[in-house]
Amino acid sequence: MATSSNRTTAGRTTARPVYIVDGARTPFLKARSGPGAFRPSDLAVRAGQALLARQPFAPDALDEVILGCIMPGPEEANIARVVSLRLGCGDRVPAWTVQRNCATGMQAIDCAAQAIAGGRSELVLAGGSEAMSHAPVLLGADMTRWLAEWAGARAFGDRARLLARLRPAHFKPVIALLLGLTDPVVGLSMGQTAEIISRRYGITRAEMDAFAVRSHQRLAAAQAEGRLGEVVPLIDARGEVHDHDDGVRPDSSEARLARLKPFFDREFGNVTPGNSSQITDGAAWLLLASEDAVKAHDLPVLGRLVDTQWAGLDPRQMGFGPVHAAVPLLKRKRLGLDKIDYWEINEAFAGQVLACLRAFADPVYCREELRLRNAMGEIDQERLNVDGGAIALGHPVGSSGARIVLHLLEVLRQRDARRGVAAICIGGGQGGAMLLERS
Amino acid sequence: MNAETEMTASEQREPIALADVHNWRLERDGEGLLWLTLDCADSTTNTLSSVVLEELGRALEGVVANAGRGLVVTSAKASGFAAGADIREFDHMRDADETARQVMTVHALFERLERLDMPTVARVHGFCLGGGLELALACRHVVAAADDGTRLGFPEILLGIHPGFGGTVRAVRYCGALAALDLMLTGRTIDARRAQRLGLVDRAVPARHLDAAARHFASDWRPAREAGWQARATSQRLVRPLAAFAMRREVAKRASKQHYPAPYALIDLWREHGGDERAMLRAEAHSIATLLTTPTSRNLVRLFKLQERLKGLGRGDGAAPRRVHVVGAGTMGGDIAAWCALRGMQVTLQDRAPEYMGGAFKRAAALFDKRVRDRAARLAVGDRLVMDLAGNGIARADVIIEAIVEDVEAKRALFRDLEARARPDALLATNTSSIQLADIAGALENPSRLVGVHFFNPVSRMQIVEVIGDETTAAAATARALGFVTAIDRLPLPTASAPGFLVNRVLSPYLQEAMVMLDEGVPIDAIDGAARQFGMAMGPLEMADTVGLDICLHVGEILAGAFGGEVPAVLRRHVEQRRLGHKTGAGFYTYAKGKPVRRKAGDSPLAPADIRDRMLLRLLNEAVACLRDGVVADADLVDVGMVFATGFAPFRGGPLNYARDRGVPETLGRLRQLEGRYGDRFAPDEGWQLLERTS
Repeated sequence: MATSSNRTTAGRTTARPVYIVDGARTPFLKARSGPGAFRPSDLAVRAGQALLARQPFAPDALDEVILGCIMPGPEEANIARVVSLRLGCGDRVPAWTVQRNCATGMQAIDCAAQAIAGGRSELVLAGGSEAMSHAPVLLGADMTRWLAEWAGARAFGDRARLLARLRPAHFKPVIALLLGLTDPVVGLSMGQTAEIISRRYGITRAEMDAFAVRSHQRLAAAQAEGRLGEVVPLIDARGEVHDHDDGVRPDSSEARLARLKPFFDREFGNVTPGNSSQITDGAAWLLLASEDAVKAHDLPVLGRLVDTQWAGLDPRQMGFGPVHAAVPLLKRKRLGLDKIDYWEINEAFAGQVLACLRAFADPVYCREELRLRNAMGEIDQERLNVDGGAIALGHPVGSSGARIVLHLLEVLRQRDARRGVAAICIGGGQGGAMLLERS
Repeated sequence: MNAETEMTASEQREPIALADVHNWRLERDGEGLLWLTLDCADSTTNTLSSVVLEELGRALEGVVANAGRGLVVTSAKASGFAAGADIREFDHMRDADETARQVMTVHALFERLERLDMPTVARVHGFCLGGGLELALACRHVVAAADDGTRLGFPEILLGIHPGFGGTVRAVRYCGALAALDLMLTGRTIDARRAQRLGLVDRAVPARHLDAAARHFASDWRPAREAGWQARATSQRLVRPLAAFAMRREVAKRASKQHYPAPYALIDLWREHGGDERAMLRAEAHSIATLLTTPTSRNLVRLFKLQERLKGLGRGDGAAPRRVHVVGAGTMGGDIAAWCALRGMQVTLQDRAPEYMGGAFKRAAALFDKRVRDRAARLAVGDRLVMDLAGNGIARADVIIEAIVEDVEAKRALFRDLEARARPDALLATNTSSIQLADIAGALENPSRLVGVHFFNPVSRMQIVEVIGDETTAAAATARALGFVTAIDRLPLPTASAPGFLVNRVLSPYLQEAMVMLDEGVPIDAIDGAARQFGMAMGPLEMADTVGLDICLHVGEILAGAFGGEVPAVLRRHVEQRRLGHKTGAGFYTYAKGKPVRRKAGDSPLAPADIRDRMLLRLLNEAVACLRDGVVADADLVDVGMVFATGFAPFRGGPLNYARDRGVPETLGRLRQLEGRYGDRFAPDEGWQLLERTS
């Protein structure tokens, strides 16, 4: 602890405070059959239009636009710039795209916060967007090579020879989405890493399913009671209205979920599509401002982004990432778990979130993995993901990190609470956590 | 463009003096190329008036005298190359023989250009229409800018004539008959890339390379473009009659020969002379000279000038609006919003909940898909139309348009709210069709910026927008409303705040008389057929179905309340039965797949002329009443309004023009006769003397 605080406080003594003044997101739309109605840039543009329209400043008053996106469309190179221009921010507002796998949206916010804290920017639009339903289907390397040779072949004989070489295997499509959800270094899918850490704490299938059911119930209740004010409705080109996170299943039950087969470790596993986050399209934005900008434009403050922590860990156990990021963050600020009013921990998998909770409370884990003397403690599940999570509303990988920060601020506001932590696990073995505060 | 790029030494141009030439400039560049630039004095667009053409003759003498390596013909105007012949001069062309002689002088002039002893190139950007395109085609080569602003075409047919400066000959020569006649028969304009595919131009190039392309073709003898063999095949003597027959059949679907002689004359011209350029050129001159004397051409030219007059009303010097906020996403509100976005406005569209807006966004997407082909532009126009549930756009809008339900209290409440949230200089506009401005104005602290902007359905096809002001409306507000309507490429018609304004008031008696006759047992197709025979785009009962019978009833009741009279019982019955027309699948017609099911007309108790006059004379009578009431400033505005808002037979030049052509005494006599037979509703309005005096 001491080592890390020495390293980080040096730069922070002069840092300026960073405020989050507003935010908005699209409904999270479950990928059903084929590409959804909106590309990643479309999602970000629609949410951004609604957010910017209600600001007292014009879009060109922004200092920069930072958007996270893992799989932009082929026509969306530096998608942040595409979106910024489409939002009418003008030629002179620079924009850049960031990527940190599942924490991409949170990374965008961190970049914005650093620019403001360091005095480089006053007003930044940051967020994430992902349209997982638009993930491309690719050609394999063999087919790509074959096509290259075909393009080079002129003579009839060459072409005939090439045609004769073509095999059915050449046409096997490569699903980019599945590859993206697999760790190439350790050769495990994300679901398998969840199997590993939930096994480590003996979390049962029934516990996972119960957690999943509760996520759906909480989201359904939040929708019914209007607690998702950050969602702006969309209308697609066919005139269809999308006004809520449509992956929710208010009628979800443990009995139903029990019928689903494990997906990643098919025979003996516990992780099913029902207790995992969904494949979903969605975008989320936050508007970050310096104190000067808050004053200059008379902006309402939603909360202060106090601090951020990133952590690396064994890629096979990437699901513990939230613990590895949140612990040093809290220790640096000398805050115990009792000082945190609400938590958002991204629900990549039910077993993964439950394993995190066990790890926080496990003196052995905290000692051996986090160099603490004692366990960090228990997190009250009544203060965790109170309006549901990615199991119910989906995990558009590029935007979830921004969504949980935005919704945590909503939760703090609605419940008149002071402090919250948003944390997320990151494929490849990382974790990210942000501490937010309302005064 | 020239101003933005550095010229190399060889591109620098030296002026060459021309005596007695004010609209053309001749220059020589360092490579020995001559540049002949059209720059019409005192105008922002180039037109080929008789003076400009005379001067071209002198300029060509200068070209010959200065023997360059090649000649580039271009324009100094940002708006484009040239818009065509000067329409103002058409009025003087009443003597066909004299006109034909004048046209042949231009033929000779263009031939001199064509036969110059050096390569000639037309360097085209922006509008290149009619006579302008014919001038370009008289050059050996044409290079045109491949951008959105560049449009080429032969719009002559829309004025009741066809190309007359050799365009019929040269278009067929370069594009082949099928493509050339299609261009000339539809009057549509095309972009440079399409023009290159058709063979109309040699190269469509980005504007940045236009000068380089012009120099390329002017600096050496390059092969002239040629129509392909398929295109040439259609001009064979044996093929022409067959092709002409097919074309006539297509044209007949859209316009009758009696009403619109020009397309038939054009087809005949080609059928008879398509194999002999010299004979075709001569025949072209006689054909266009004859067409210029037809009432159809006279009326269409007059309407064109009236359109220009309306556009001129909106050309104030105030800043053009950029942000538009529309409240109410129904058919009209949604379509107005989509149209504004299409025309470059930043638009916010507000309604109570997203569910009310789905239809608006769906129709908008269809409109954008149809009108915007370029992918980047398509993306931009979609992003310009923004759903705005909270009304955030109100505070930033230059123009706010209300298009909610026709309820005075609802509108008053809305405008109170809008006034509080809008910028103090924002224009407040209502799209009401039936509520008086004063009734809404009472709710405002400052009613001087309230105007009416009454659009017609469908917004994308009906060019007229009635702009309504009353005594509390500030002149500046009206001027801005006119400017706004012009900025979105519609025609503003200044109208007094009187019940029904102009268009609905004049149209209503016509529609109602059709309904009365239907009730009397006249077959529906006999009624609509008589109207189409007269030249209406659509019969009155089909039109009522399209507008919506509930809306017809509502307007009818407002007018009956204001001016007396009764709404036909049959209309009331249909609305009670929820047979509201096209939108409910049944009205006066039943609809299958969106098309009215037509039956053969049964025996009619009335002669077609009687059917026609009963409907039409009520319309004329009401048009006269509007003129007398000062609903619009003059008879021309009545005419242009009715033609472009309702499709009143354009070749007849509008209702009052028709009444004058028919003869005021004759028309009055007929009205009195109908009054005797059918009662008061045919009593001639006292305003008829007004018309008599001005005719």
